Amino acid sequence: MKFGVCVFPGSNCDYDTYYVLRDVVGAEVRFLDFRETKIQNIDCVILPGGFSFGDYLRAGALASKTPIAKAIVDFAQKGGFVVGICNGFQILTELHLLPGALLKNENLRFVCKDVYLRVENSSTPLTKKLEKGEVIRMPIAHGEGRFYVPEDELKRLEERGQILFRYCQEDGSITKEANPNGSVGNIAGVCNETFNVFGLMPHPERACEDLLGYYDGLLLWYSLISA
Amino acid sequence: MRVRVLITPKEGLLDPEGRAVKEILQDNGYKVKSVRVGKVVELEVDDPSQVKEMVEKFLYNPLIEEYVIE
Repeated sequence: MKFGVCVFPGSNCDYDTYYVLRDVVGAEVRFLDFRETKIQNIDCVILPGGFSFGDYLRAGALASKTPIAKAIVDFAQKGGFVVGICNGFQILTELHLLPGALLKNENLRFVCKDVYLRVENSSTPLTKKLEKGEVIRMPIAHGEGRFYVPEDELKRLEERGQILFRYCQEDGSITKEANPNGSVGNIAGVCNETFNVFGLMPHPERACEDLLGYYDGLLLWYSLISA
Repeated sequence: MRVRVLITPKEGLLDPEGRAVKEILQDNGYKVKSVRVGKVVELEVDDPSQVKEMVEKFLYNPLIEEYVIE
């Protein structure tokens, strides 16, 4: 599987993601510039974390109007894999490739800490190496991570298995205290109806090495490369 | 001509910035029922007929915001 990591002005997790894919996972990977108009010879596009275009207007809004974003819509509609992490998740909702929107955290604070996540669907290409109900640990770092969808849409997401991860306690229980940003239904990650576009606020690329203290993020990359 | 677009969070949607401002106002003794914090986008255009399209395609997110063109 060949990966492409998008670089927008203000992306800051682009090199971390590139490094993990190339040096830790051992995958083929190249950077994609936001001015590129075509995505060729790539199987999976990653939209990395950061503050594309300074988060002006709304987080992810300006990045969703770039040439590469238009190419990503086309790529996703043809079945290509797309993963948005943090700011990348925000961009994917702005592109309507994923449902909902990401709003300012309920407590208005930038939250930077480790969270526990409960795996809600382990049959997607991004989560197949995980088990349903399993609890994993990853860091988050965001100011606008409050996932929002209207109630009827939330129900549809649940029914279709589009919820990937929920913020939880260490024992897997879903509580208000475990929710770092006020997301509806404690949702930390979702996918589209056809299970090829994924978005999550936690940073799997920061949880891939012993040196960092955890490597649960690796399971996502291994899931993808075996997809 | 100059066109001003006011973008505010949708009515009923939790607006933590508005809530924070409201609480400070109330703490300072002001009587205020609700506060919503949004943004203003000022556009200088020759053809104002395009403004609605610009707002709907680029400037606001209908899921979470509403807008007024002045």
